[in-house]
Amino acid sequence: MKTARVFFGGAVHEATMAAPSHPAGDQLQLRLADGRVVQESAVGWLPPFEPRTLFALALNYADHAQELAAKSSAEQGGFLQAQRSEPVVFLKGANSVVGHRGLTRRPADGEFMHYECELAVVIGREGKNIKRPQAIDFVAGYTVANDYAIRNFLEPYYRPNLRVKSRDGGTALGPWLVGRDDIADPMNLALCTLVNGRVVQQGNTRDMIHDVAALIEHLSSYLTLSPGDVILTGTPKGSVDVQPGDEVVCEVEGVGRLVNTLIADWG
Amino acid sequence: MMSFFPNRTVVGAMLEFQGAWHAMEPAMHQAPHHRPPVHPVLYIKPANTWQRAGQPVLVPADVPEVEVGATLGITFSRTASRVAVADALQFVSGYCVVNDVTVPHTALLRPPMRHKCRDGFCPIGPWVPASRVPDPGQLGLRAYVNGELRLSSHTQNLRRGVARLIADVSEFMSLAPGDLLLVGVPENAPRARPGDHMAVEIDGIGRLDNPLRLEPAPLHPSKGAA
Repeated sequence: MKTARVFFGGAVHEATMAAPSHPAGDQLQLRLADGRVVQESAVGWLPPFEPRTLFALALNYADHAQELAAKSSAEQGGFLQAQRSEPVVFLKGANSVVGHRGLTRRPADGEFMHYECELAVVIGREGKNIKRPQAIDFVAGYTVANDYAIRNFLEPYYRPNLRVKSRDGGTALGPWLVGRDDIADPMNLALCTLVNGRVVQQGNTRDMIHDVAALIEHLSSYLTLSPGDVILTGTPKGSVDVQPGDEVVCEVEGVGRLVNTLIADWG
Repeated sequence: MMSFFPNRTVVGAMLEFQGAWHAMEPAMHQAPHHRPPVHPVLYIKPANTWQRAGQPVLVPADVPEVEVGATLGITFSRTASRVAVADALQFVSGYCVVNDVTVPHTALLRPPMRHKCRDGFCPIGPWVPASRVPDPGQLGLRAYVNGELRLSSHTQNLRRGVARLIADVSEFMSLAPGDLLLVGVPENAPRARPGDHMAVEIDGIGRLDNPLRLEPAPLHPSKGAA
C-alpha cells in the first residue's frame, strides 16, 4: 500500500495512486480518501506522514565516508574509525521537512551544497530495547529522503551541526509512504540521484554499514522509538554541488522517486 | 499556574553562558575542534525527552549521575524566520523553566544522543507570557538538589542574549508556535543521582521540581511487543 498526503481544494487529503499509473509525472492520477480522482498537477504534495523525531545517519555507507575523507583534512580519518563501532546519529528539526516537488533554498553564502538520497524508515509501533530479529516488526513503512547538506557550514561541534542539516526545507520526504510488507528486502534496494536528468549518485542499501535492523536496535537501546519517528539511513557516494534551478531526483527502488528543485536565495 | 508543552522541536544552545564558554575555550583550539565555534552550538531534545513538572525522571542503570541543566525556554507566538535582532523579541509568546538533564560529557564533536536524548530528560515547567518578563536578560536562575542551592547564575551572563540567539537560529531554522528554544546551561551544572530531587527556578517565572529515580530493568525485551 502506497499512501501520500496532498493538498487539494483547500484541504489536506490522504491519497493513493489511481490505476493505471503512468511514470510520466504529470499524467499521474491520485485517488483521494473521499473517492475523488484528481490529476497530480492539481495537488501539492506534503510529506507522506507527519514526522515526530527525525533521526539521521552520517557516514553509514563506506564509499561515501571514504569520499568525504578524500576531499578534506586528516581530521576526517578519525571519523571513519569512529563510525565503524557505533552509528553516528544526529537529529533534524520539524522546520526542515518539505514534500515531493518541494523547493529548497540554496543560501547565497553556501559554497558546496549537495543532495543525499536515502532510504527513510518510518516507525509504526512504540518500542524500547528492541532486538534485531524483531526490529522490522516495528517498521510502518518506507519513503525516500533527500537530506541536503552544505559542506562549508560544517563546524566541529555536535557535528554535523544543525546549520548544515536542519535548515528550513533541507529534508525532502516522499512522495509515498510504502507499507513495510510491500518491500520484501529493505537491504537490497538500488538508490540513484539525477541532477537535471544526469545520474550523479548510485548505490544500494546492501552497502550500509549499520543496516535497518541494527539502527532500530541501536536507537531503541537508549531511547523509546514511537510511531511517526523516522530514520534517514545515510547516503552512498556521489556528492555534486547543486545550483539554483537544478532539479534533483532521488530514487529508491520500489519506494519512490522524489523530486526537489533548488531555488536562489532571496536576500 | 500556566504551562507550555511543545509539539514541534525543542532546540538548545551550548556554550552560551560566558563561564561555560571560558571553561571550554582551551579545548576549542585543540583537536578535534581546532577553532572556536562561530555559530550557536545547537542540539535537539527530541519528543521522547519531554517530561512534565513533578514527574520522575528515570535514570538508566548505565548512567551513574546526571547534570541538572537549569535553563530558560523561549516560546513563540508566530513564526520567526530570518528575523533581525531588533525584531526578535516581537515573536516571543513567553518564557518557561526547563531542566536540560544531561549525562556528563566533555566530547563535543558528535551530537549528544546518549547524553541529552534519554527518555524523560527534558522536564518543562512553569510558563509565563512575555508581557510578564520585561527583559529576558535580567533573570536570575538557580538549581537545587535535595533542596540545597547548588547553582546560581544570571541571564546577564549569556554571550548572545535572547534576541540575538533567536536571530542567529532563525537565519536557517524557523522558530514557530509549538517550538521551544533553550538558551543554554550555565557552567558547573550540579550533579544528581537516582533518589535525589532536582529543582530549577527562574526569577519571575517559577520553579520546576522533578525527582530522579532509577529506571527499572526491562521485564520484556520489547515494550509493546505482541
